[in-house]
Amino acid sequence: MTDTRVLQGGTTPLEPTATSRDPRQHSIAERPRHDCRNAYVETLAELAHENHRIVGVVNDSVGSSKLDAFKRAFPDRLINVGIAEQDMVGVAAGLANGGRIAFVSAASCFLTARALEQIKADVAYSNRNVKLCGMSPGMAYGELGPTHHSIEDIAWLRAIDNMTIVVPADPIETAAAMRWAAEVEGPVFIRVSRMSVPELYPKDYTFAPGKAVTLRDGEDVTLISNGTVLWRALVAAEQLEDAGISARVISMPTVKPLDTEAVLLAARETRGIVTAEEATGAGALGGAVAETVAQNHPIKIKILGVPEFAPTGSAGFLLDRYGMSPEGIAEAARALII
Amino acid sequence: MTALASEHVTMPVFHRLPDAHRDEQIARIAEAARQIRIQDLKLVHYAGAGHIGGDLSAIDILATLYGAVLNIAPETVDDPERDRFILSKGHIAGALYVTLAAFGFLPVEDLATFLKPLSKLNGHPNRNYVRGVEANTGPLGHGLPIAVGHAISAKLDVSRRRTYVLVGDGELQEGSNWEAMMAASHYELDRLTVIVDRNRLQQGATVRETNDLEPLDHKATAFGLAVVEVNGHDHRELLDVLSAVPFRPGKPTFVIAHTHKGHPISFMSNNTAWHHKVPSAEQLELALDELTAADPPGGAA
Repeated sequence: MTDTRVLQGGTTPLEPTATSRDPRQHSIAERPRHDCRNAYVETLAELAHENHRIVGVVNDSVGSSKLDAFKRAFPDRLINVGIAEQDMVGVAAGLANGGRIAFVSAASCFLTARALEQIKADVAYSNRNVKLCGMSPGMAYGELGPTHHSIEDIAWLRAIDNMTIVVPADPIETAAAMRWAAEVEGPVFIRVSRMSVPELYPKDYTFAPGKAVTLRDGEDVTLISNGTVLWRALVAAEQLEDAGISARVISMPTVKPLDTEAVLLAARETRGIVTAEEATGAGALGGAVAETVAQNHPIKIKILGVPEFAPTGSAGFLLDRYGMSPEGIAEAARALII
Repeated sequence: MTALASEHVTMPVFHRLPDAHRDEQIARIAEAARQIRIQDLKLVHYAGAGHIGGDLSAIDILATLYGAVLNIAPETVDDPERDRFILSKGHIAGALYVTLAAFGFLPVEDLATFLKPLSKLNGHPNRNYVRGVEANTGPLGHGLPIAVGHAISAKLDVSRRRTYVLVGDGELQEGSNWEAMMAASHYELDRLTVIVDRNRLQQGATVRETNDLEPLDHKATAFGLAVVEVNGHDHRELLDVLSAVPFRPGKPTFVIAHTHKGHPISFMSNNTAWHHKVPSAEQLELALDELTAADPPGGAA
């Protein structure tokens, strides 16, 4: 077992629910799907009950962030600045200056693009205790098109010093990452998707920043993924197993700082690495993995991501189109090691 | 040119006089402002860089705030209940550093490192290295939203702590300020005071020729702020207005402080050329002579 969390931290080995039964009888693909925003709002309300310092900050995004119940429970602690993202992030930094822990909740496309300089200067460079929650990232807005897609957010924020970037893959990881973010002092960016995903983690999962989680061991090829694409990678591994290829699946919820040890272990122990994510790839998880591998232990890599302004389509359709259906990921892995 | 060194930083340290008679406070502020100007001119000359024009236009405001308005002292600089001052026009970091040194927040000798390699005294302030700095500003239009956020936090805490933010007038061309003013008004942040350093000049031209702000008072009023205009070089007027919090119950205060860039140096005042020009040795001597001769230097513009 190459779970780096076990090797490095003595954490309880993670037993993904996937391996507790025969995956071909009960594929991950058949599990019930969940909108991670529900876990987000439930956790935010729990945190707000536990800690009076926690506040929400939104840009009119009460409904799209599913924060109506939070607003009813904590009317004074949901700061709505209206449709004004630069002000929103500056206000969050000011709330942090006053001792509050601000969870900014806004569509990732507007949060990261419109307020990028505030994220850089007011939050990261000023080292303020602000949690930037990018809602509906990637291509979650589907047919609304590239203005509303946020495929660039990871690459943009990864270039900023003093910024932790977390891309949870299911509701359990979303909640766990938020709990961790509320505890730690400093800037964090968390993506919260509206795309339905199956549960991939055990209920008692705790988030370890900067640590990869090996969800499935394998010797031939490694699939590294996160967010909404992780379950697709797990299904791809099931398909590869059927074809006689042993695929390791590494969940990489923290894109920055990257668990370079887990990446290099995969580079040494398997014959190729496929990265798959609902983001540009360039500059994002794929870029981070490639930088690590190329500088330390070059092996073949295939980076799957969204390389362009996407045409009209649902997020699922577009992920398939960019080679991130389970079949597409499996084919990329196969092609890499032939 | 001689490089900035310890012999160039010899300013006296002042202390807040919160309970002193107003005339005594004003005399102290005037002397602090004069000393800050002298030190800042030397700093810019010997460091070979800085924004002397904007520094000089804002120093009376800074000296008034630190000298008699803000409830902060070096020993309470981390107190959660401290008043906050956010310098939005971060390019006048030199004036801020000298002011912080003048009031004991920063060792005077540290000024000798201004802009030197690896110095904590960067061209724009960094709160992680300089005690008393509340936000890492530099890009314009950032301070006012941060101030609004802090004022909301104070309101949530039912605290009497006040929030002050100093913005340049050219800076108000950034739209984020107006987003923040809408929010300040909406949240009825009457313990927030926005101070505009209204020197009417920006980098290379007047504000009017660049992208005019007028009628600024009407605009701020329309955004729901209580507008008051003062002579930004008159310490008594500044002290009266900046101490009056809330100025109008339920409304944030918008102080248009009429200033002159380069004030009160005769050849710098109201002269666009001095945005970030560095005075030569001869010009420094002339400027220091004017400040030494002036009595009192912080008087009316």
